[in-house]
Amino acid sequence: MKIDPIHQFNIEPLFTLGHIGNHTIAFTNSSLYMLVAVAIISLLMLASGTQLVPGRLQSVAEISYEFVASTIRSTAGAEGMKFFPLIFSLFMFICVSNLVGIIPYTFTVSSHLIVTAALALLVFFTVLIYGLYKNGLKFFKIFVPHGVPIYILPLVMFIEILSFFLRPVSHSVRLFANMLAGHIALKVFAGFVAMLGFSLGAIGWIGGVLPLALTVALTSLEILVAFLQAYVFAILTCIYLNDAIHPGH
Amino acid sequence: MAESHGGAKGPAAGAHTEADGGHHGGGFPPFESSSFASQLVSLAIFFVLLYVIVSKLALPRIGGAIEARQNKIEGDLAEAQKLKDQSDAALKAYESELAAARTRAQAIGNESRDKANAQADAERKALEEQLAAKLAGAEKTIASTRAAAMSNVRGIAADAAGQIVQQLTGVVPDAASVNAAVDASLKG
Repeated sequence: MKIDPIHQFNIEPLFTLGHIGNHTIAFTNSSLYMLVAVAIISLLMLASGTQLVPGRLQSVAEISYEFVASTIRSTAGAEGMKFFPLIFSLFMFICVSNLVGIIPYTFTVSSHLIVTAALALLVFFTVLIYGLYKNGLKFFKIFVPHGVPIYILPLVMFIEILSFFLRPVSHSVRLFANMLAGHIALKVFAGFVAMLGFSLGAIGWIGGVLPLALTVALTSLEILVAFLQAYVFAILTCIYLNDAIHPGH
Repeated sequence: MAESHGGAKGPAAGAHTEADGGHHGGGFPPFESSSFASQLVSLAIFFVLLYVIVSKLALPRIGGAIEARQNKIEGDLAEAQKLKDQSDAALKAYESELAAARTRAQAIGNESRDKANAQADAERKALEEQLAAKLAGAEKTIASTRAAAMSNVRGIAADAAGQIVQQLTGVVPDAASVNAAVDASLKG
C-alpha cells in the first residue's frame, strides 16, 4: 500500500462557474470548505442566543468576540477596533477552516499558499493604504527608528524597508507551511499503521500501535497548531495595523 | 524573521519552476497555478461574504448582548449601592434619633428629680416649722401649767400643815401662823 501524503491537497473542481480570460473558474473542494467555514462561523455567531446568562453556544461566540477584541486592544490600542470586523473575520476564517481540516477526508483551505498569500496581501495593502491615508508621509517614519546613530541609519532603514515588504511573505508562508507540514506528518504516520498491517500481518498490526499513538498525539498537536496559527495570523495583523495607526514607534 | 524569509523564498521559487514545467496532476497541488484563479475567486467571494456577515450582523449582535449584560450588571450594582446608601442613611437616622431620645430622657429624669427634691425640701421645711411652732406652744403650756401648779402648792401645803397640826395637837391652828410657817419652810 502506497502512502500518498500529497493527495489530500489536490484541488478538484466540482462544477464550473465561468471563465475569466483563459482561466476556468470552478467551484472546487477548496471553495466548498471555504463555504463550510463561513457557514459554521455564521451559525455560531447568528444562531447562538443573546441571553443575559449565556448558553454553551453563546459562550463560545462571546469568548471568540472578547478574545479577538482584547487581542486588538492590547496590541493596536483602542483605535485598532476600527479593524475589528476584518481581524475577527480573518481569525475565525483561518481558525475554523484549520480545525475543520483536521477531520479526516476533509480539505484544509489554508494549506494552499495562494489562499494564505491572498489573505496576507489583503492585510499588507490594508496597512499600507490605511497608513498612508491616516498619516500621509509621516507613515514612512516606521522605516526610521528613533535613537539610531546617523552612520548606521541607512543600513537600518534598508533592513526596515526590506522587512516591511517581506511581511506578506512571512505572514502567508508561516500559516501555509504549518498547515501543510502538519497534515503531511499526520498522513505519513497514519499511513504507517495501514502499511505495517498490510505488509507484515499480525506482527505488523501490533507494531502499528506505535505510529497510531503518534498519530493521536500529532492530531492533538495539530488542533493546537490550527488555533495557534490563526491566533498568530491575527496578532501579526494587529501588530502591522498598529504601525499604520501609530507610525512613530 | 530573516530565516523564515529565506525559507519562504526557497519553496516558492521551486514551485514556479515546477509549475512552469507543466507537471499537472502529478505535481505538488499547492503550487499548481491552474487552480489559483478558482481559489482566488472563491476566496474573494466567501471572505467578502464572511466579512459582511461578521461586520453587519454577527459582531453587532454579540457585542450588543455583551453590552446589554454589562449595562445590566452596572445597573444592578448601582441599584444595590443606592439601596445600601438608603439603609445606611436609615441606620444613621435611627442612631441619631436614639441618641436624641436618650438625652431627652436624661433631661426629663434630671428635671423630675430636681423637682421632686425641691418639693421634698419645701415639705420638710414646712413640717419642721410646724413642728417648731407646736413645740413652742407645748413649752409655753408646760411653763404656765407649772406656774399654776407651783401657786397651788402653797395652798395645799398650808392646808396639809393645818390638818397635820390639828391631828397632832387637836387644836385648830391660826391660819396666819400656818401660812407664815409654810412660807418660811418654802423659802428655806
